[in-house]
Amino acid sequence: MTFPEDLKYTKEHEWVRIEGDVATIGVTDFAQSELGDIVYVDIDTEGQELAREEVFGTVEAVKTVSDLFMPLSGTVDSINEKLEDAPDLVNSDPYGDGWMVKIKLSDESEIGDLLSAEAYQELVT
Amino acid sequence: MKNTPLLNKHLELGAKMAEFAGYNMPISYAGIKEEHRCVREGVGVFDVSHMGEFIIRGKEALDLIQLVTSNDASKLAIGDAQYSCLPNDKGGIVDDLLVYRLDEDQCSEGERAYMLVVNASNIEKDWDWISKHNRFDTKMINISEQSALLAIQGPKAIEALQSLTEINLSDIKYYTFKKGRFAGLDNVLISATGYTGSGGFELYIKNEDAPALWEAIFEAGKDLGIQPIGLGARDTLRMEMGYCLYGHEIDDTTSPIEAGLSWITKLKKGPFNSSEIFIAQKENGTANKLVGFIMEGRRVPRQGYTLEDAEGNTIGRVTSGTQSPSLDKAIGIGYVPKAFSKSETDIYVNIRDKKYKGQVVKLPFYKAG
Repeated sequence: MTFPEDLKYTKEHEWVRIEGDVATIGVTDFAQSELGDIVYVDIDTEGQELAREEVFGTVEAVKTVSDLFMPLSGTVDSINEKLEDAPDLVNSDPYGDGWMVKIKLSDESEIGDLLSAEAYQELVT
Repeated sequence: MKNTPLLNKHLELGAKMAEFAGYNMPISYAGIKEEHRCVREGVGVFDVSHMGEFIIRGKEALDLIQLVTSNDASKLAIGDAQYSCLPNDKGGIVDDLLVYRLDEDQCSEGERAYMLVVNASNIEKDWDWISKHNRFDTKMINISEQSALLAIQGPKAIEALQSLTEINLSDIKYYTFKKGRFAGLDNVLISATGYTGSGGFELYIKNEDAPALWEAIFEAGKDLGIQPIGLGARDTLRMEMGYCLYGHEIDDTTSPIEAGLSWITKLKKGPFNSSEIFIAQKENGTANKLVGFIMEGRRVPRQGYTLEDAEGNTIGRVTSGTQSPSLDKAIGIGYVPKAFSKSETDIYVNIRDKKYKGQVVKLPFYKAG
């Protein structure tokens, strides 16, 4: 199980990579492991402005289904097209090719509320 | 929470563990899809020691079993097994189970012996229910806590196991069993049954023999790529076959007739619990029927989701659903009115107020070969 230091995390098991006013979002290694084989990532919020904690999509695993929550307020700018044909990238490369959306932040002050790698690791281990 | 005698094996293998029916059980090892494929194409081993076992022995053992179960146990010869259910007295189902007619080595003159294999979640309920009806010259013994059960399933099961016994495994016909020496252990009940649709065996043993048997099986099947399989894949495998799971397709309120279990409900064998109700349902039909359906898109139907017609009227509910690893499609099982139960009928699953189209198909979803 890995917890890259350069990422921020939420207690909903998402990771956030901040680059200027754009954040890339995915689910953590812990989350993909708990979900098991992921078979479909359903995100139909492209272009929408959503508040923090609103649902931006759904991830279907063989055994269960889980909502995806906005870790920060913003506009869904793009979604990872690769997941359409290869949802298992979320399992095999959760912090890389398994990313889910990029959002344009609407309130950068919220970043301070995210968890550090250390704090998140403590939460799940 | 209870453990099976194989807990340490599961932990060593890095299994993902979770509570199921009061037991700490392995849900998956390598991943559900991989384990599923292993059983469909090769051979895999399940620890299903949580299942319950009752011995029913006595001069009137058959009378008790005929009263409490729906199938006709009088057809069983020694060495036969039968799928059956325990109806309650309101036309619902207390549990589904296997009935084995055992040899009579432990019996006195005129006695018969059976073993009932029941769902772990219902052990106590079943025991109480059957006991309540035992007005017969017959003894019941609950051996659940002392018994372990391994299921070795898949097209390569015989090849994987044959070196462990002198009994010719290909002689054991589907739904029969033999008792004998296996992997150096005496009195192993070797049953050609399973819950996967890919063939194989279930081995009933004493708890203390389970770890040695587990190791012997993995050693014997090594070259065939034998793998441990968790309850996650057990569920996807049974769903592809359209097999009922208690608490999903069947429960205290569903009738075996509407659940598609008429074939284990033998109305001519004489009266049994709820037989009058089932005779009426057979004559007049039931309002609903259990069907399988394949989704057009990739959203997965899950237990409890509402089924709708094209106009958005509620017509039923989903009892089970998953992404089928063999079909690579989302599949579901659920109850719908008769009018919607024909193959190729369009039905819709309501997932958070959005409609997703599916089509009724003939079960099983998975056809071997």
